[in-house]
Amino acid sequence: MLRALKLEPEKCTGCLQCEMACSYENEQLFNPSKSRIKVFNFHDSGRFAPYTCTQCAEAWCLHSCPVEAIVINAKTGAKDVLEEVCVGCKVCTIACPFGTVNYNHDTGKVQKCDLCGGQPACAEACPTGAITYVDIDQTGLDRMRAHAQRSLGASA
Amino acid sequence: MKHLIIGAGPSGVIAAETLRKLQPEASVTIVGDEAEPPYSRMALPYLLIRKVGEEGTYLRKNAGHYDRLRIDVKRDRVTGVDTTGRKVQLAGGGALAYDKLLLATGSRPVSPPIPGMALPGIYPCWTLTDARHIARGAVPGAKVVLMGAGFIGCIILEALAKRGVDLTVVEMADRMVPRMMNNIAGNLIKRWCEEKGVHVHTSTRVVAIEPGTGGRRFAVRLDGGTVLAADLIISATGVKPNVEFLEGSGVKTDHGILIDRQMQTSNPDVYAAGDVAQGLDFSTGEYSVQAIQPTAADHGQLAARNMGGRRGAIHRGSVNMNVLDTLGLISSSFGLWMGAKDGESTELCDPGRYRYLNLQFEDDVLVGATSLGLTEHVGVLRGLIQTRTRLREWKDKLVKDPTRIMEAYLGSTQAVGFNAGLI
Repeated sequence: MLRALKLEPEKCTGCLQCEMACSYENEQLFNPSKSRIKVFNFHDSGRFAPYTCTQCAEAWCLHSCPVEAIVINAKTGAKDVLEEVCVGCKVCTIACPFGTVNYNHDTGKVQKCDLCGGQPACAEACPTGAITYVDIDQTGLDRMRAHAQRSLGASA
Repeated sequence: MKHLIIGAGPSGVIAAETLRKLQPEASVTIVGDEAEPPYSRMALPYLLIRKVGEEGTYLRKNAGHYDRLRIDVKRDRVTGVDTTGRKVQLAGGGALAYDKLLLATGSRPVSPPIPGMALPGIYPCWTLTDARHIARGAVPGAKVVLMGAGFIGCIILEALAKRGVDLTVVEMADRMVPRMMNNIAGNLIKRWCEEKGVHVHTSTRVVAIEPGTGGRRFAVRLDGGTVLAADLIISATGVKPNVEFLEGSGVKTDHGILIDRQMQTSNPDVYAAGDVAQGLDFSTGEYSVQAIQPTAADHGQLAARNMGGRRGAIHRGSVNMNVLDTLGLISSSFGLWMGAKDGESTELCDPGRYRYLNLQFEDDVLVGATSLGLTEHVGVLRGLIQTRTRLREWKDKLVKDPTRIMEAYLGSTQAVGFNAGLI
């Protein structure tokens, strides 16, 4: 059974430990600006929303890559960026309609969530259970995908 | 079933792979006229800065990829199409028969009508062969003149500057990347490049190229009277679709090959995709040649689905969009970035920090955007445009502060997050 990140904004307190854990796991830095998961702060309503790649079935990033640098990880189902293949052209960053592929100035490559190979550090770090790693059918991912399909799917 | 694809770029290759998935028994052939395995022109600038080797530009990295999928990749040039006899003529002699034909022949650089353009040593940057010539000439200290600061000119610009050449760019328009950036953004990019040591002439034409003096290969004469000495000239003054081989075939062309929403040309057995195809633009509702990678990929996949007999593979239109890195300043534009008729817009400009964000609305729907210096979550601009999401109260917030685009996206599409059941 494939697993996915389940994000529950109503449980998020905005502590940003997920961002710290992500940047440390992937870049060996405690630097939220290098995190692949982001917590958005809705100042007006005092709400927070953790947000990262849903590993969507359409894989806009993968299909737009000119050099086959984004591949599906057979074990996790994640869409992984192969750093040694990525040339840094950034086409995937504009193709992903969810805005979850970002360019990293330091490496000259793009980066996105790869589920940490099956042990997402963000989920382990979240103290309130707003980010959990669960069986895919519990995530509401199907609704996301249906939404994406409805809105965008027939363009490709 | 015999599927024949002309053109070995991204559109052709994606179409071939999709056809193989849909029809395991069909014959799938790609004809391309270059010596190398199918590769990406987009990767050439990264080859020039040695970020990748030549194999790093290949569309598919596994050497046995095409054999494994039983996709026959032939090297030849198609000189004509006989739609009655359902075959194409090859420059190398003979013909290839087809049941369904995909025209994915892309485009090629145009050479401006300037005296001296035929002198040896002036190159476009379009093929791997061109890139090899440029790599030989673009050595540290060499005087290089780049004609054209459009999208292609600008991605080469970065590679040339990184190779340590003494670079001068000459652009006819009043700003850099005029078909992707508005006046403010295009001129900020110009200033940025100048600060990085590149000489930029806008609103300037090259009027003649002559043999140089004093050990320099060329003298490049500009319309203001200036003469630039150059060791290497690179021409990036635009491209045009490769449609000439269709003469007499009855397949209708305009700027590119005319297609419908199923990628079909005026002939029922002939389809077109990618940079040669004049396909539906999501934003304008008109048919135009976009010549961008994501559109080529969309087209290739859709054409194959229709060629493979899948119903309902209807094109909803591709959003025109581009992203560019000029010496570390990243810019992007989407959809109706130049504005919609009777639309509204908002912008934030911080020229000192090279930050710029311009949003274009129709009612409370985002229809276009231009950004400079924005790399985080930039894809949501496409997402909001293509989903035609009603921004409701977020529109006013964006008008006041366009940088809240990500909040607006989350607030409009997933009010309390992905998983709370509101979508």
